[in-house]
Amino acid sequence: MIVQKGSEPEAVARGVAAIVARHEAREGALLPILNDIQAELGHVPAGAIPIVAEALNLSRAEVHGVVSFYHDLKREPPDRPVVKLCRAEACQARGAERIAHLFEGDPRIAVETVFCLGLCASGPSAMVGDRVFGRIDEARARRLIEEAGR
Amino acid sequence: MRVYLPCDAAACAVGADEVAAELAAQARACGIEIEIVRTGSRGLFELEPLLEIDTPEGRIGYARLDPDAIASWLSAILDGAQHSSAVGRVEDLPYLKRQTRLTFARCGITDPQSIADYRAHGGLVGLERAIALGPAGIVQQVVDSGLRGRGGAGFPTGIKWKTVLDTPGARKFVVCNADEGDSGTFADRMLMEGDPFVIIEGMAIAGLAVGATRGYIYIRSEYPHAIRAMRRAIETARLHDLLGPSLLGSRHAFDMEVRVGAGAYVCGEETSLLESIEGRRGEVRAKPPLPAHSGLFGMPTAVNNVLSLAAVPFILAEGAAAYADFGMGRSRGTMPIQLAGNIRNGGLFETGFGITLGELVEDIGGGTLSGRPVRAVQVGGPLGAYFPPAMFHLPFDYESFTEAGGLIGHAGITVFDDSVDMARMARFAMQFCAAESCGKCTPCRIGSVRGFELLDRIVAGDGVGADLALLEALCETMKYGSLCALGGFTPYPVMSALRYFPEDFAPARRAEPVQ
Repeated sequence: MIVQKGSEPEAVARGVAAIVARHEAREGALLPILNDIQAELGHVPAGAIPIVAEALNLSRAEVHGVVSFYHDLKREPPDRPVVKLCRAEACQARGAERIAHLFEGDPRIAVETVFCLGLCASGPSAMVGDRVFGRIDEARARRLIEEAGR
Repeated sequence: MRVYLPCDAAACAVGADEVAAELAAQARACGIEIEIVRTGSRGLFELEPLLEIDTPEGRIGYARLDPDAIASWLSAILDGAQHSSAVGRVEDLPYLKRQTRLTFARCGITDPQSIADYRAHGGLVGLERAIALGPAGIVQQVVDSGLRGRGGAGFPTGIKWKTVLDTPGARKFVVCNADEGDSGTFADRMLMEGDPFVIIEGMAIAGLAVGATRGYIYIRSEYPHAIRAMRRAIETARLHDLLGPSLLGSRHAFDMEVRVGAGAYVCGEETSLLESIEGRRGEVRAKPPLPAHSGLFGMPTAVNNVLSLAAVPFILAEGAAAYADFGMGRSRGTMPIQLAGNIRNGGLFETGFGITLGELVEDIGGGTLSGRPVRAVQVGGPLGAYFPPAMFHLPFDYESFTEAGGLIGHAGITVFDDSVDMARMARFAMQFCAAESCGKCTPCRIGSVRGFELLDRIVAGDGVGADLALLEALCETMKYGSLCALGGFTPYPVMSALRYFPEDFAPARRAEPVQ
């Protein structure tokens, strides 16, 4: 479920409370909680922070500090499907920069840079959700964007 | 009919799942029974998706299949005819034949989620032996094997375990570092997907050795396949007493869980990783205290890389000497080397230490994929040095690379052809460091930004003569002033690029338009 911008604060609060309840007994529960909020809501809404802080006996500043540290945790929901494109050395060596413009110029998707998907002998590579793509040439890039942008 | 097809992410990225689905559909349509066993990858990624079929002569491979080729493949198999994708007996492929697979012995061969397969291929013998030996005996075996940290630092694993064993603590932990963020490396990912039980067995042995009953494996979020594979394998392991209150029926307990990262490269640094598990920003801790004395939740903790832990079951099962027999000098055993980037035969190549860089890149790797001459190789990930072919005589071992001003790191080798612009690669190193710095220490946080700006000027052709001297001084500061390897080793790619490829930094060259 992706809760879009403007979803009811009560709905967010209920969703977050359920996630917190799943994890709060664990040691070091904060990152698993935030990862689940990100996965289920598509971002970590500002309204989630006080709920998480209260449950884990942390200050809001501490929770905010963690949210702002990790690249995966977003403050806003994405407005387009996200394609994570690897721009690290091994994919660069296999021509990632030559296909990057195909992704960057396309209004149907949002491109995020990632550094390494572990597909370093199969690049250029990308990830959409949990799906991975390798050996991306121009034709594969167009197909990928077409599918992701739908 | 039984066929084998990898479920490795690198095979799925080029269509393995689609091949499996098409094969199942066609088999149903023809009314034939085909059992598709999803294995790990053999590690020769150019051949993926590599389908293998059981025959009396062994497993025959069919390379680079796509769903459109399945119909013709199936009719060829049923007719006993040749298919154009055939590569012969997989074990006879020179790339595989030349390897010494100790850690990756099962990867690509067994069903990674089958504990019966695991046991049938030599699994659990190490743990049985470890239970009989006891903590001091296990530590001694690991010390004698000469095993050093495969994450990159190369610290002797046995000494680390002895330190944790000898440190009193109310609780102790084993933490497996699977935050494999270095570009050019994928061995941890392959093993988590292709033979997860060997990592679990290694962790259980580590737990016995140091007196820990709880373990964590911290996996980066960019590895969803590995996360799923490890979680599933952990549940299976509990059902078979490879984890739980009574390891293989003994009085020893050990259990573990997966923790998932959130896209921070620096969390591969061990103290930052511990902070992250504890639920904080992944900021590096100052050492001392070492994690072995005061690690996770302030308790004595053995933090080991996936490959270090996965080497341990072999060492316990076959004895320290069997492992130490391989290698050279103070680098004992085998190293799962990863050939990456612009290389023809990219993939995993496990071999004893001592093979030269040139053999790896040219003979085994087959040179560049583009067919152009090799110009540079980066060894050891984003924090490793760039070397020109003139350095291909270097033997692959910890000391030789340190002496040559580099590091082997997690043993990734990224190959570049002659179209590479080394000033841009140096700039990228600083850019990467700036993007991934945890921000705790100034040389890394500020130095990387200033380094990027400097190199950006040089790349743009606006550099002045003093810029290179300034860059060198900055690199010195980062190298000696940073808290961890991120800021401390970023100078390696930068300075090696400058040392071996000075022409790319010359203002005269930079003034030319870039094609």
